Amino acid sequence: MGNASSMLTQYDIEEVKQHCDNLFSQQEIVSLYQRFCQLDRNAKGFISADEFLSVPEFAMNPLSQRLLKMVDGLNFKDFVAFLSAFSAKASVEHKIGLIFRVYDSDGNGKISFNDILEVLRDLSGAFMSDEEREKVLSKVLKEAGYTRESYLTLDDFIKVFGNSGLKMEVEIPID
Amino acid sequence: MDTPGNLKTSSSEFDLDRPNIEDYLPSGSSIQEPHGKLRLRDLLDISPTLTEAAGAIVDDSFTRCFKSNPPEPWNWNVYLFPLWCCGVVIRYGILFPVRVLVLAIGWIIFLASYIPVHILLKGQDKLRKKIERCLVELICMFFVASWTGVVKYHGPRPSMRPKQVFVANHTSMIDFIILEQMTPFAVIMQKHPGWVGLLQSTILESVGCIWFNRSEAKDREIVAKKLRDHVRGADNNPVLIFPEGTCVNNHYTVMFKKGAFELDSTVCPIAIKYNKIFVDAFWNSRKQSFTMHLLQLMTSWAVVCDVWYLEPQNLRPGETPIEFAERVRDIISVRAGLKKVPWDGYLKYSRPSPKHRERKQQSFAESVLRSLEEK
Repeated sequence: MGNASSMLTQYDIEEVKQHCDNLFSQQEIVSLYQRFCQLDRNAKGFISADEFLSVPEFAMNPLSQRLLKMVDGLNFKDFVAFLSAFSAKASVEHKIGLIFRVYDSDGNGKISFNDILEVLRDLSGAFMSDEEREKVLSKVLKEAGYTRESYLTLDDFIKVFGNSGLKMEVEIPID
Repeated sequence: MDTPGNLKTSSSEFDLDRPNIEDYLPSGSSIQEPHGKLRLRDLLDISPTLTEAAGAIVDDSFTRCFKSNPPEPWNWNVYLFPLWCCGVVIRYGILFPVRVLVLAIGWIIFLASYIPVHILLKGQDKLRKKIERCLVELICMFFVASWTGVVKYHGPRPSMRPKQVFVANHTSMIDFIILEQMTPFAVIMQKHPGWVGLLQSTILESVGCIWFNRSEAKDREIVAKKLRDHVRGADNNPVLIFPEGTCVNNHYTVMFKKGAFELDSTVCPIAIKYNKIFVDAFWNSRKQSFTMHLLQLMTSWAVVCDVWYLEPQNLRPGETPIEFAERVRDIISVRAGLKKVPWDGYLKYSRPSPKHRERKQQSFAESVLRSLEEK
């Protein structure tokens, strides 16, 4: 019956706030901490893949397996840092950076044709064939001035997304 | 387009009994590609899917259904604190022992009459059943008394006649005790371990209760058959089903299993709403055992609740069992002031079927292919 928010001191909150570049307010962090404790059912200090998948809305997401690799085993600070890309205050570059990391599964800082193809495979499942996916991707890459062999870097991503409004915001419920 | 069709049939085959979440969720996925020419930017933009995932991590309606919501503490106040301390002393030092005593007396009376009746009246089934029914009602009354249950029953008492099924929303096993003290229902329930299981298999068997194991698919068929036979019998106790299949925190209702609505009988809805002024009656079976839950109730001031016996409903012509179940859920939710969520309560025990993800993938693939054709 303990009140979860009472376990966070002001120092903790400030530390977390700094870690996520002040993208969340104190109230939001307290809220996120309650949610974190709720998902971390065994109070291990991190949320396991299994616990993430116990949220059906998350388990149903086509990218859930890919995201799990990024969020599995995060402590609270890193959990908040991950979510900070979804804050309304986060910059477009920050948001694009997260999208880039989703594509860049091996973390080498550049994205190959196959990296994109794999995300497309997650998104379309059995409803598109491999040939169709390759065809679509080669076509749009060519139109954007890239080839099958070219690697995309974060800067390329920022250029591709440009200033066209990227809507990637999640409101933290505060009760 | 052969593959999608195949996938659909194969996945729908193995969960016939499962309510179909799609039937309840608003149609249309949030993954929407803009019409017109497909550009690299559009293809790379996975932000809607990511936003959905992050939204689910931050908050989701499913977990909310099973969250215990302790009432706001009001006692941390210099003036009220001494009073609250007195309350604690009275609740734990006086009320609790008295309640244990009441319950013990109840059990002694119950067992002292139940065992002889059960053994001696072997020949006269009708009389024996009648007495046993009364005794089960009696012990339930003792249970309710042991938490100073303040229960207000609204509407006409249930009658005993064939071809009717009672359905209620489910918050805790005490739902059953509260309903049972008025009418001897035969209930369909999950088989529990420990002393509760012992009660189930010995005493409650005599009121015609049916037990099953949630995880056993075979049990499901047996239960369905037993249920059908039971409903037809004229002299049987009315059947009570908690169609949610799991305890919900009394703020939400999850989807109703359609089993209770396919019996070709009248469905009588019962709405139960607990007042959380003294204690939260939600049994969070993951966090506490039933014994701990009972102790919590027995050390509180009182369990306050309202029970409404609502108007019996019949399947309307042209209505599917799922629509019927939804209509009854509506009636119960409105009466008890609960919010409806489009989730299957069994997701507490298993993962959602791949079907739901496939649906999203299909809409994505279709929009990409469409814009490819448009050129």
